Amino acid sequence: MPATAESPPPRSHSPNYLESGHTVGSWLLTLDHKRIALLYLFSITFFFAIAATAAALMRIELLTPAGDLVTSDTYNRLFTLHGVIMVWFFLIPSIPAVLGNFIIPLMIGAREVAFPRLNLFSWYLFMAGGSFTLYSIIAGGVDTGWTFYAPYSSTYSNSHVMAMAAGIFVAGFGSIATGLNFIVTIHKLRAPGLTWGRLPLFIWSMYATSIILVLATPVLAMSLLLIALERVFGVGVFDPKLGGDPILFQHLFWFYSHPAVYIMILPGMGVVSETIAAFARKPVFGYSVVAASSLAIAGLGFLVWGHHMFVSSQSVTAGLVFSLLSFLVAVPSAIKVFNWTATLHRGSISFETPMLYALGFMGLFTIGGMTGVMLATLPIDVHVTDTYFVVAHFHYIMVGGMVMAYMGGIHYWWPKISGRLYHEWLARIAAITTFAGFNLTFFPQFILGYLGMPRRYHVYPPEFQALNVLSTAGASILGIGYLMPLLYLTWSFFWGRRAGPNPWGATGLEWKTPSPAPEHNFDEIPVVTSRAYDYPPPQPAGASGGT
Amino acid sequence: MKDIRLVLAFGFRDWLPRSASTLAPRVDIVFWVLVAATAVLVIGLVIANLYFLIRYRRGSKAPRPPLSVSSAKIETTWITLTTIGFLGFYFWGAHVYLFEERPPRDALVINLVARQWMWDIRHENGRREFNELHVPVGEDVRLVMASEDVIHSFFVPAFRLKQDVVPGRLVSTWFHATKTGRFHLFCAEYCGTQHSGMVGDVVVMPAAKYAEWLTHGNTLEPLAQRGRRLFVRYNCSGCHDQPAAIHAPPLAGVYGSLVPLSDGRRIRADDFYLRDSILQPAKDIVAGYANDMPSFQNVVPEGDLLDLINYLKLLGQENESPVPPPAHP
Amino acid sequence: MGNTLLHPAPSHFSSREQHDSANHLGMWTFLSTEILFFGGVLACYSIYRWTYPQAFHVGSEHLEYWIGTLNTGILLTSSLFMALGDLAIKAGARRAVTWNLVATWLLGATFLGLKFYEYYLTAKEGHVPGSHFHFDGPLAPQVELFMFLYFATTGLHAMHMMFGLGAITWLLWLNHRGKLTAEHNAPVGMVALYWHFVDCVWIFLYPLLYLVS
Repeated sequence: MPATAESPPPRSHSPNYLESGHTVGSWLLTLDHKRIALLYLFSITFFFAIAATAAALMRIELLTPAGDLVTSDTYNRLFTLHGVIMVWFFLIPSIPAVLGNFIIPLMIGAREVAFPRLNLFSWYLFMAGGSFTLYSIIAGGVDTGWTFYAPYSSTYSNSHVMAMAAGIFVAGFGSIATGLNFIVTIHKLRAPGLTWGRLPLFIWSMYATSIILVLATPVLAMSLLLIALERVFGVGVFDPKLGGDPILFQHLFWFYSHPAVYIMILPGMGVVSETIAAFARKPVFGYSVVAASSLAIAGLGFLVWGHHMFVSSQSVTAGLVFSLLSFLVAVPSAIKVFNWTATLHRGSISFETPMLYALGFMGLFTIGGMTGVMLATLPIDVHVTDTYFVVAHFHYIMVGGMVMAYMGGIHYWWPKISGRLYHEWLARIAAITTFAGFNLTFFPQFILGYLGMPRRYHVYPPEFQALNVLSTAGASILGIGYLMPLLYLTWSFFWGRRAGPNPWGATGLEWKTPSPAPEHNFDEIPVVTSRAYDYPPPQPAGASGGT
Repeated sequence: MKDIRLVLAFGFRDWLPRSASTLAPRVDIVFWVLVAATAVLVIGLVIANLYFLIRYRRGSKAPRPPLSVSSAKIETTWITLTTIGFLGFYFWGAHVYLFEERPPRDALVINLVARQWMWDIRHENGRREFNELHVPVGEDVRLVMASEDVIHSFFVPAFRLKQDVVPGRLVSTWFHATKTGRFHLFCAEYCGTQHSGMVGDVVVMPAAKYAEWLTHGNTLEPLAQRGRRLFVRYNCSGCHDQPAAIHAPPLAGVYGSLVPLSDGRRIRADDFYLRDSILQPAKDIVAGYANDMPSFQNVVPEGDLLDLINYLKLLGQENESPVPPPAHP
Repeated sequence: MGNTLLHPAPSHFSSREQHDSANHLGMWTFLSTEILFFGGVLACYSIYRWTYPQAFHVGSEHLEYWIGTLNTGILLTSSLFMALGDLAIKAGARRAVTWNLVATWLLGATFLGLKFYEYYLTAKEGHVPGSHFHFDGPLAPQVELFMFLYFATTGLHAMHMMFGLGAITWLLWLNHRGKLTAEHNAPVGMVALYWHFVDCVWIFLYPLLYLVS
């Protein structure tokens, strides 16, 4: 796919996907992967707003050491709500279900995903799961934390655990369906000539993600099912009073939830590979190593779950083995960062919004990754696990990493999604605001954690106040950083300047078709003859690298 | 360690955790070296990135001779270096962890029962306290802990020590305090409504003061003595005090011995085994005996269990004889 | 060619072969999900069997050994008919397909009938976990755990069986409408894969539950 950005804008005979039908039914019963992606986009934005509101209330509560804004019970419900919704109803579907659904078929030159009906069904499963979860919140909430540790969740909690577990269970099957669809689509529907070695890195990362979705999610479904059965029948699978083993639940839960962490970062890495290549006008350095590292992360990710349980009285041997494997899984992640940096070397770099998000991702992900290495170090983990250090660490990965990448990806493919351009300077300001607000929110939490402030604390000793105030201040800036794109993107969707098929001058099949994409993506299935990111060699000094 | 403190002391005194155990400096040094390594890595990456971003910005005059887009040599180099660096930290961390996980002999043992939402602490002589743990400075202290309901976690930041207290089993941890003073004790595993209220203090005092403190205040009878009373009250004595008549295994000297089981295994009779035998008598049956004992699951609370075990320990010290072979016909 | 016109592949597939191979890969991927799903509960089983060997021994003795064994035979035979049905459609023998599928369906239904009869017997003895659980003996709570795992695993398996019966009914309907041919045989192959998988799950469950002693 030579990057001839100057080629005449392709005109399609079929209407674009936004205009192919205007009834409610044409959206709710659509089999078009692009419309389904938009359904997901609206739904997860809604869930994000709910969970972010919960986070805001928590941060306001933590302004003072005393529990003065809400009661302990309310606070416990807030952080459970925040965790459950952010993890299962925002982060896990974010890049895969929105950008993956929209871009994968376009990127590989297909007209659809392999199973369009299953794709629509997965959105309904997601919404059904979301409804159960919303019901459990409206009915009074759940106070177990997103980890549902037994026996608290199975026996002691007097909250709506069943409804929420049912919600996650159902939504989980939606994730499985999405993963299955992507695996088959990537295997079977690639355009002629698009060999595995020519696939864009976003496809590789989505492929690795899909494997995790398919293999890890059922185990979570089973553990939640067992929790539910334990609550109904009063049989002790996990409650020691009835002969069960609470640590077994943690094993099952983390066997899913640790790989799930990679569901929440691998797609982000894929987006960053795409944007860095596009804005440096260069192939990603070490293509095959970057692609292989996605698979290595997915594979090793299944073997490190025990590092969540170093202080749970598991054996010393188990601790040593899981620690070693956790160090090893950090290697492929570090390699990706090195390769992205090397990609910039001798590039022709421009600083549009998606690039700013990608650069922000690299910085925050590196900090998140290195603090992850600290947590893999046994004695440090013993001290800081279940403190704000862990909270800060995973927010650096999930928010600093994944949400930054998601925002970057939304901006990068926005012209393809909406056919319009957003206001570039507003978007740059939003990206920088997000970055600054994020660091101010979460960096103090590393210090809080090392000082020993436990997580999930409604009331805390007064000496931790200064850092908590800083964190809350940062959160308000972060909030502005998230609100801005919501406004200017919505505005641009209706009134923005029209975008051409390839506003960034990027390579990739998705840029070969008009914006917004036509209903069937391509009038003629393209034939691929070259590797990914085949940018023209650098121009002589002074010339700009393409328009 | 001291130098770092001095550098950061100006205005940041509260931003460094207090350090009051033999473990704390060992953890801190690993942590700070890792922080330094992270800083070097992050700053290095930022410099490299900024350099490339500025030099190769679009439209700049920097020469861009064609370049190979991947290099096995470079990839191998940084994969190897990263792996070696990480392995170094792994082994260092593992070394400190093994120190942490090796409990000292002859430590002062204190029993602790966690429940929603308090720490119920019992010293050997029967002195009992809630949400405050008094310990002597400069001595090894071993905690034997149990939970009556959900998972709690014993966390003392100044000691860099954390151990989950999982219901259904005994867990043990240890520390050696190096400074006197009052330190935070937190519950670190979310345990319900008042989780953030399940806090207390560890009070480290000079040994003499601790000895004096033990004799004052809320003192019950010594734990082992209370254990004997419970042994009678739960009617354990009905069978186990006259083993020959009722045909129940004798318990004198059982603590610490190797018990032969009916399925041919032999098992060390430690705290964990004794606890299991009271709650699930059918699990490991002593060789030569039928299982006639009812389960005491949900009958004996965790605190009483700990005292019963204390009593059984003492029974061992008074009478050194191993378990006599059962009087089997 | 005429056949392709009769059953055109969805427009996003370039050929019938591509469509069929996508369906097959999808089914295999789905089955790998299923393996992990059952894996979760089997992990629980192994942990507790290791912790409470006697209780599992005792619990197993209270299951209806003869029903379990009979059902194993029935299910294996049904898989045989399923495989024959798959072969038949590839040969284009639509009548044979119908008979084989009906045989599979009936055997599957017999399996479920026997299974529910066994549940009924267990319930009569009071061995259903929950507040009405009743068991004489020192290991009651652990036996209850065994019974819980028994109901959880066989119950999930039975649900999969019912889903399979539905799928066979769908095949019979397709065949009745003349939509299955030697070329367009993929639906039979997919359902057969699923049915064999459900069979395999039982092959694991049978010794784990009935043959402990």
